[in-house]
Amino acid sequence: MSNVNVSKLYHFDEMFDNIFKPNECYKEYFEWLKSEDLKNLKKKQIESNEFFKKTGITFSVYGNLEAEERIIPFDIIPRVISEKKWMFISKGIKQRVKAINYFLHDIYNQQEIIKAGILPLELIKNNNSFLNEMIGFTPPGGIFTHIVGIDLVRTPNEDFVVLEDNTRTPSGVSYMVENRQTMLQMFPELFDKIKIKNVTNYPISLLRSLKECYPKKNDSKQVIAILTPGPHNSAYFEHSFLADEMGIELVEGNDLKIKDKKVSMRTTQGYKPIDIIYRRVDDYFLDPLTFNPKSILGVPGLMDVYKSGNLTIANAPGSGIADDKAIYSYIPDIINFYTGEKPLLKNVKTWRCSEKNHLKYVLDNLDSLVVKEVHGSGGYGMLIGPKSTNKKIESFRKKIISNPDKYIAQPTLELSTVPVLTNKGLSSRHVDLRPFILVSPKSINITPGGLTRVALKDGSLVVNSSQGGGTKDTWILEDF
Amino acid sequence: MLGKTAAHIFWMFRYLERCENTARIINASHFISLTQKQNITNQWDSILNVGGNKSFFLSKYGEVKKSTVINFTLRDKTNPSSVLSLIGNARQNARVVRNNLTKEVFETINETYHILSNIFKRPINEKNLLNTLSIIRTKCQLARGTLHGTMLRDDTYILARMGTFIERADNTSRILDIKYYVLLPSVGFVGSNVDNAQWENILRSVSAYRSYNWLNEYEFNPRGICKYLILDERLPRSLIFCNLSIYENLVAISKYYDKNFNSLIRSEKFYEEMLNLTIEKVFEEGLHEFLVRYLKNLFILSTIIETDFRFYK
Repeated sequence: MSNVNVSKLYHFDEMFDNIFKPNECYKEYFEWLKSEDLKNLKKKQIESNEFFKKTGITFSVYGNLEAEERIIPFDIIPRVISEKKWMFISKGIKQRVKAINYFLHDIYNQQEIIKAGILPLELIKNNNSFLNEMIGFTPPGGIFTHIVGIDLVRTPNEDFVVLEDNTRTPSGVSYMVENRQTMLQMFPELFDKIKIKNVTNYPISLLRSLKECYPKKNDSKQVIAILTPGPHNSAYFEHSFLADEMGIELVEGNDLKIKDKKVSMRTTQGYKPIDIIYRRVDDYFLDPLTFNPKSILGVPGLMDVYKSGNLTIANAPGSGIADDKAIYSYIPDIINFYTGEKPLLKNVKTWRCSEKNHLKYVLDNLDSLVVKEVHGSGGYGMLIGPKSTNKKIESFRKKIISNPDKYIAQPTLELSTVPVLTNKGLSSRHVDLRPFILVSPKSINITPGGLTRVALKDGSLVVNSSQGGGTKDTWILEDF
Repeated sequence: MLGKTAAHIFWMFRYLERCENTARIINASHFISLTQKQNITNQWDSILNVGGNKSFFLSKYGEVKKSTVINFTLRDKTNPSSVLSLIGNARQNARVVRNNLTKEVFETINETYHILSNIFKRPINEKNLLNTLSIIRTKCQLARGTLHGTMLRDDTYILARMGTFIERADNTSRILDIKYYVLLPSVGFVGSNVDNAQWENILRSVSAYRSYNWLNEYEFNPRGICKYLILDERLPRSLIFCNLSIYENLVAISKYYDKNFNSLIRSEKFYEEMLNLTIEKVFEEGLHEFLVRYLKNLFILSTIIETDFRFYK
């Protein structure tokens, strides 16, 4: 590599065994990269981000009133994973997602897992993510969480482990597709040379999977719509992208009304009934009659229609109980309880501050742990011990002591890195991976790859787009 | 198609059309101000009157000056009818319903928004004015062109066209109304320099100067100009042309939905009225009075379209 400086690479980088020898799965890509000129690559990097702006792939940041739209920075160096590794990951994910759906059904019906003494009742009681309204109910087709995102990180000891489950309304899938589209435009010659599994058919798979979840009509003429909170939502691009690609309507609460016991949307020719709603609105905003009475995002009476069996909601209300951070640490037990198998993908070691001996350990080791709020998301409200100041640690200690149930702790992981292109050449940055899974009564379908998020700040472990994270295209190689 | 989507498509193309026409009006005034020695502020005054925001302008800037009017009309964010606000609205509407547009149509509007917001970061002066106006015009035309060249001929397309022609009819009648005093038959002024300039301005504002001359061999008179802008079906910015186009699009959508809409009946009547109209009758009624009535009819038609296609309820 004549022009690309590789000196600033960490020792656990996925591209290299050491800086002279690329890992097997990166071999072909690295051959190509070596012959490229840094100046040209930098130009492509700028072009690719212009491409996102032109296409209007933008998001707005919460808490910023003068919210100008931003793009999530895209890095043109792909993250490559071998087919063999992927087979293992997807097997593990399938097992996990299957167990999670069994769990959701059980927890809203017989609650065998509590009776068996595996999960403490306290975790369900007083948990906002557990919806009493769903008790005794089985959604059409029996599936609770139809669209799942599992966040994985790679560590030197354990390889890929699960950091978080997203069972309510995981986002980011449009970036997975658009990142690939961008790479196809920028580097067509690479895709000629290296065979990579396709991700761009995700919207069609989603459409098929959703249609299988409304068993009442079998003529596949079901009417599907995406319910969005509206254009001010940070994921609005994704909502309209999916509606566009799937050829279905994108509706807001005020487009909908209950007519003749069906949820119906206002079209230019009157109200038209809907069979399946892919909702991107949180549980509590879905129906002001059942949940938050002030919500204008939902539809009054939606839950009644749902419970009468005249509607599929994906994901089912109440699915969020499965990705609650307090439940997370029980997922290995959950897998074992429902499938009788050992979990293929491991969890990150987790201490529950609600338990006395765990709490003591956490308080004694705050400077080396990552502490998270049980109900937090987006990388907010967490403490990264080793990167924090004494003062911050002490103020966090007080918060934990006064409300231990609200926190869990995990070791600070040595996350893998993948190189990004900087002004000076390649430089290692920490990454995670969110594969997307579609669940229907007939099948579990995992798109090969997913969204690789990358912490663009040198040394940073936070990959969230709201906090300076970017994304990369994720390549699963096609072996012959 | 969702009623909401119909509303966004309709308004998106109304905003785009107004954007283009605003650029045209400024272009005409600028041209006249370069070629005429006297009575120049009048040109800029009338731009504010077309936009209907003169009092807001005066409260903000005090006096009417070419450079302030241009910047107010093009890039003042607080002015809801500035080109910057209009293109922002057009783009916001497009963003909401981008799943109903082709990639090309959306990207044209999105890109235009980015290009213009970038240009409008700095004041517009004599040097970059013409270039800026040309960008606005050509980009709006490009958006219309991609609509024409890439969109399925379905209800979405038809609603976009209806929005375009309703707004165009509105804009042309406003341009005429602002200048109606110039076009009033008054023996004293006919043939004077000021009059010629004003007429020229009107014709240029609707891109009809050359064609008018071509058809009329430089015979400027209020009767001829009014007849051309109101009643000539060959001119794509005349009122009657817009009436015909609105009607044709309502015929098309009625066929598409297999239903006769109130707006179809209304627009047919409106078009027939225009067919039976002569320029003598317009002057008899009074040009201003006629235009006020026309704008009112147009507004009513637009409201009926809104109800027929369930924009809001």
